[in-house]
Amino acid sequence: MSAPSDAAAFSKSEMMIVAAARELAGQRVCFVGVGLPNIAVNLARLTVAPELELVYESGAFGAKPARLPLSIGDPTIVTGATAAVSMFELFSFYLQGGLVDVGFLGAAQIDRFGNINSTVIGDYEHPKTRLPGSGGACEIAINARRVFVIMRQSKRSFVDRIDFRTSPGNLGGAEAAARIRREEGWLGRGPSVVVTDLGIYHFDESGEMRLDSIHPGVTLEQVRETIGWEPRVADPLATTPAPTAKELRLIREELDPEAAYTK
Amino acid sequence: MSKVISMRDAVAANVHDGDVVAIEGFTHLICFAAGHEIIRQRKHDLTLARLTPDLIYDQMVAAGTARKLVFSWLGNPGVGGLHAIRRRVEEPEGGAPAGASDPRPLELEEYSHFGMVGRYTAGASNLPFFPLRSYFETDLPKANPLIRPIRSPYGEETVYAVPPLKPDVTIVHAQRADAAGNTQMWGLLGCQKEAAFAAERVIVVVEELVEESVIRADPNRTVIPGLIVDAVVLEPWGAHPSYVQGAYDRDNRFYRDWDAISRDESSTAAWLDEWVYGVNGRAEYVEKLGRERLADLRPSGRAPSGSVDYGVYE
Repeated sequence: MSAPSDAAAFSKSEMMIVAAARELAGQRVCFVGVGLPNIAVNLARLTVAPELELVYESGAFGAKPARLPLSIGDPTIVTGATAAVSMFELFSFYLQGGLVDVGFLGAAQIDRFGNINSTVIGDYEHPKTRLPGSGGACEIAINARRVFVIMRQSKRSFVDRIDFRTSPGNLGGAEAAARIRREEGWLGRGPSVVVTDLGIYHFDESGEMRLDSIHPGVTLEQVRETIGWEPRVADPLATTPAPTAKELRLIREELDPEAAYTK
Repeated sequence: MSKVISMRDAVAANVHDGDVVAIEGFTHLICFAAGHEIIRQRKHDLTLARLTPDLIYDQMVAAGTARKLVFSWLGNPGVGGLHAIRRRVEEPEGGAPAGASDPRPLELEEYSHFGMVGRYTAGASNLPFFPLRSYFETDLPKANPLIRPIRSPYGEETVYAVPPLKPDVTIVHAQRADAAGNTQMWGLLGCQKEAAFAAERVIVVVEELVEESVIRADPNRTVIPGLIVDAVVLEPWGAHPSYVQGAYDRDNRFYRDWDAISRDESSTAAWLDEWVYGVNGRAEYVEKLGRERLADLRPSGRAPSGSVDYGVYE
């Protein structure tokens, strides 16, 4: 890796994307979602995980996009891919068949156990805000071997109680979640990391999110102000290494030249 | 026997008020031309099924064609929300389109992607349900009671089931077909095959009409056989602003523009007046888009597949 760049010279979103990409080191098959995960996964492929196979729910396996696709359905994810398969094949054989190591999810709301809402804010029948819904998220959360979450922190998104459970995380705690996964034959072991614009969380033995690393320039106070519960904090708490010049160059020049996601 | 007819005749003959309509194509090959013709013919009380309603169903809902949506992901891919649909869901009183045949709130029947794919698969294979490992410990079965747990007949395991989906009419866009409706496509295949086989009637819309010999030279590429096709429509650029692998790119500019247009009821109505009611068909729409805009959407280079040898066995 090249030398760390000046801490003042990168945005929070860039730090979040870089931190998420680094978490993919050593992973083999990753199911990619639209938006931030898309950039993070493509950055990982160009840096820490050159062997990473990108799976798009639209049906591309082993995608090698020549430009950053705006959506997960884009002709650039097909040209040069290992395989373009039907969605039946993708969801049945690749995902439910257990071939996906990491499923990458975003969310509108998440709770301390990593349960995710991407369906509605408010009551389901009379929602305050109607969100997109599951898409493939609910089966990804259940069938991908592990789940990575990337989302910006705020009191509205990191909540004590989510309004709707679209994708299961560690349910009400690790012990019950492990029992249910075993009994119901899930292949997934649930959420393993949450990367935000402020830090990196993993899940402790109780199944709850724990802040393990804080991004440079961020204070614990800022973390607490943007989370709807009293967060567990690792002792000692690490500081996330700043983005390298190479990582920043890849994001700015190749992956998101219009800064659609990294403002 | 040729099944080639105009879009106007294909929609008039195959899409009826109250029908369950599936215009499929996962981000790729979405037949906007057919959706616009359905709007122009003022069809109403439709149940619109699609994994991702996308801009096409946002436009069809705004135009008052729909009573209900069956779906799994309700968004503008890569951009944000679908505002016309959200108005009908979040503010049902104020969100009904002016002059709509049905001011009631839009009914939603919601699944996940795998659930929707499974529904078409069960519909296409004449099965009473499709089993899948999804929905465990989520609120989706509460939101939609048609998602039900079932016990395996071979053990103690429980999985979830979704019911078959059999559209009255499925409309698919493809690169090419022959006059009998034998249809070939490449790129992302979504679940067009399943949705077509599940349907009572099938309309195929293509960029290019080819001889039967072209189809027979590459049988592995045939996704839909003419056997199940009722009408073939030749409509170049019929998938714009979505895309056709190898022919034209997604018009991302329009996907972004729609976000602003659709935020407001009157600008949505003005857009429909200009680009749907105001043109007599796709050819005029394409003319109106202009040569420059279209040229920008052509691929920047060629990536031919090479070819395989099927051999002659006489």
